[in-house]
Amino acid sequence: MTTTSDASPSPPVVEMVGVGRSFPGPPQVHAVRDVDLAIDRGEYLSIVGPSGSGKSTLLHLLGLLDRPTHGTYRLDGVDVSELSEAHRAELRGERIGFVFQAFHLLPHRSVLENVGLSMLYQRVPRRERVQRSRDALERVGLAHRVDFDPGTLSGGERQRVAIARALVGEPSLLLADEPTGNLDSDNVEAVLDLFDKLHTEGITVAVITHDDHVSARAGRRVRITDGTLSEAAV
Amino acid sequence: MKMRRRLTLRDLVDEALSGVAARPSRLALTTLGTVIGVAALVSTIGLGQTASGQISDRFDATSATRVVVEAGERDSPDGAVQATELPWDAADRVARLSGVASAGTFARVAVGGANVRGVPINDPSGSIDHDIPVTAVTEGLFDAVNGVLSTGRFFDSGHDERGNAVVVLGRYAAERLGINRVDAQPSIFIGDRPFTVVGILDTVSHRSELLDSAILPMGTAESLYGLQAPAAVEIRTELGAAQLIGSQAALAVAPNSPELLSVEVPPRPGSLRDDVSTDINALFLALGGLALLVGGLGIANITLLSVMERISEIGLRRSVGASSKHIAGQFIVESVVIGFLGGLIGAAAGVLATVGVSVVQDWTPLLDYRLAVLAPFLGAAIGLLAGTYPAWRASTIEPITALRTN
Ligand SMILES: Nc1ncnc2c1ncn2[C@@H]1O[C@H](COP(=O)(O)OP(=O)(O)OP(=O)(O)O)[C@@H](O)[C@H]1O
Ligand SMILES: [Mg+2]
Repeated sequence: MTTTSDASPSPPVVEMVGVGRSFPGPPQVHAVRDVDLAIDRGEYLSIVGPSGSGKSTLLHLLGLLDRPTHGTYRLDGVDVSELSEAHRAELRGERIGFVFQAFHLLPHRSVLENVGLSMLYQRVPRRERVQRSRDALERVGLAHRVDFDPGTLSGGERQRVAIARALVGEPSLLLADEPTGNLDSDNVEAVLDLFDKLHTEGITVAVITHDDHVSARAGRRVRITDGTLSEAAV
Repeated sequence: MKMRRRLTLRDLVDEALSGVAARPSRLALTTLGTVIGVAALVSTIGLGQTASGQISDRFDATSATRVVVEAGERDSPDGAVQATELPWDAADRVARLSGVASAGTFARVAVGGANVRGVPINDPSGSIDHDIPVTAVTEGLFDAVNGVLSTGRFFDSGHDERGNAVVVLGRYAAERLGINRVDAQPSIFIGDRPFTVVGILDTVSHRSELLDSAILPMGTAESLYGLQAPAAVEIRTELGAAQLIGSQAALAVAPNSPELLSVEVPPRPGSLRDDVSTDINALFLALGGLALLVGGLGIANITLLSVMERISEIGLRRSVGASSKHIAGQFIVESVVIGFLGGLIGAAAGVLATVGVSVVQDWTPLLDYRLAVLAPFLGAAIGLLAGTYPAWRASTIEPITALRTN
């Protein structure tokens, strides 16, 4: 599970060594170069960098949506580079929670169903899915919106639904790509407060942003420039 | 290695149903092709079965029970012509066979140029000459050709044996002679010989020449006009016995030379219906199949469009742990559901069309119920085929590409 109750020192959630990702051209693009990155359990990390610097590419690699062209990646101590696609999909569903700038909620499906979608491919029994979805919505302060159509929600509410969806499977790692990019300042605060809360509850969070205000809330900040990663002061 | 986790079938179907139900107008458009195709197939097969049912009903009622035995001739090996005559009791011999409902003999009578008139030959005007043919039958023949009288009665075997001068007029002959009632025992004259009219024959199912003629008892024709032999035996069999009677009749009539008789039997039972049905159904099936092909292409086309529209949904599902197989499965099941619904609606429409047309045509609707039950599954199978390519396309979309699209 996601807690660190083990007596033995648990491995970092993320351990990337010399990871790179290039897109075969022409022209060939080295979107991520030679990245070494370790994220410990319970850490709140922000990844900053200009547009086109490789932030999303790195997030896709972290989230097993994409495979590195070289280097090794261990997630929860397991080398995932060599795993089959089906196995990676399974790990992804189990260990990773994604939050996207564009929310990606399914239209015409209730808020509850949207949250429950994360457990659909995990074979969580139906009844348990409903209960856990309700709990997750309560955690993000949307208990009163369970039966709404996402189309009727505000941007901030939609993003909180997306966060509930990412949380509900109890992931080892919550990955957010510009989660506040489509929100006004009030809603940005609400979402950041929520991340703070999740962090204090022990969840490992990595947030991609180019907004200094957003990255300032994280305990640790790394900067990516032209695909190359470096630690930055908070 | 951990147990491979999979989506349950129920979850898969639920997802597909929600996906389908999310776009009702799209659903209507997508199912339209299958609805039309299945409806066309069901109604064409239904109407084919109904129509050929009516056709064979008609044949069954009359032709399928008729057997005719006629005297024939053939060249013998030594060059002479062998001929045979039907015996006078040919009908009685046949009637002994089981499966014969009734039998009677028939002959045309040569009256030596005498005319049939309604008044004696010394008619003052002398102008009422009727060229009415004279025929002879035994009593059983009326029944064998389903004869119906408009008035009077048939002559009987007593008239036949005694050679009484009685006659039954065919309805057209009666009209020409100006006779429409027989209660006053009117007479007609053949040459100068009077005959009492005992009945007027209104309809027959075969040998319609009887309706044009003056019909004498066989025995009367033999004694008065020297008739040599009957020309034919008309047999009406029980339903389904025609083949059997056809094979036995010649031997019963002429045990010594059955091969000299010609026997006419209806087509093998069912063969007529089958021929007609197969022709019609083949055509209808081809049309329905074509409509289904178009329907299938419609599903494929719109499912492909749907895949392209829902790329970001595909990306999202991959991000929450769906494998490419799960994605393919979802789109396949969606198009199977669409096909099934189309088949269901189409089957209902096809049954309605069959019943509707039957009502208008005054037919008895005949529809194999298995067709109505199978139709939705046919629709589902078409959905399966049609969904395969779009589903494969959906499963090959990389998650990162899918998530980039929004
Ligand atoms: N599938 C791809 N094929 C080719 N090049 C790609 C692909 N995906 C990303 N790139 C390139 O890799 C580089 C990094 O892209 P990425 O999306 O990671 O940037 P980003 O830091 O997320 O930018 P932004 O802040 O604008 O979202 C870009 O130059 C982009 O054009
Ligand atoms: Mg990006």
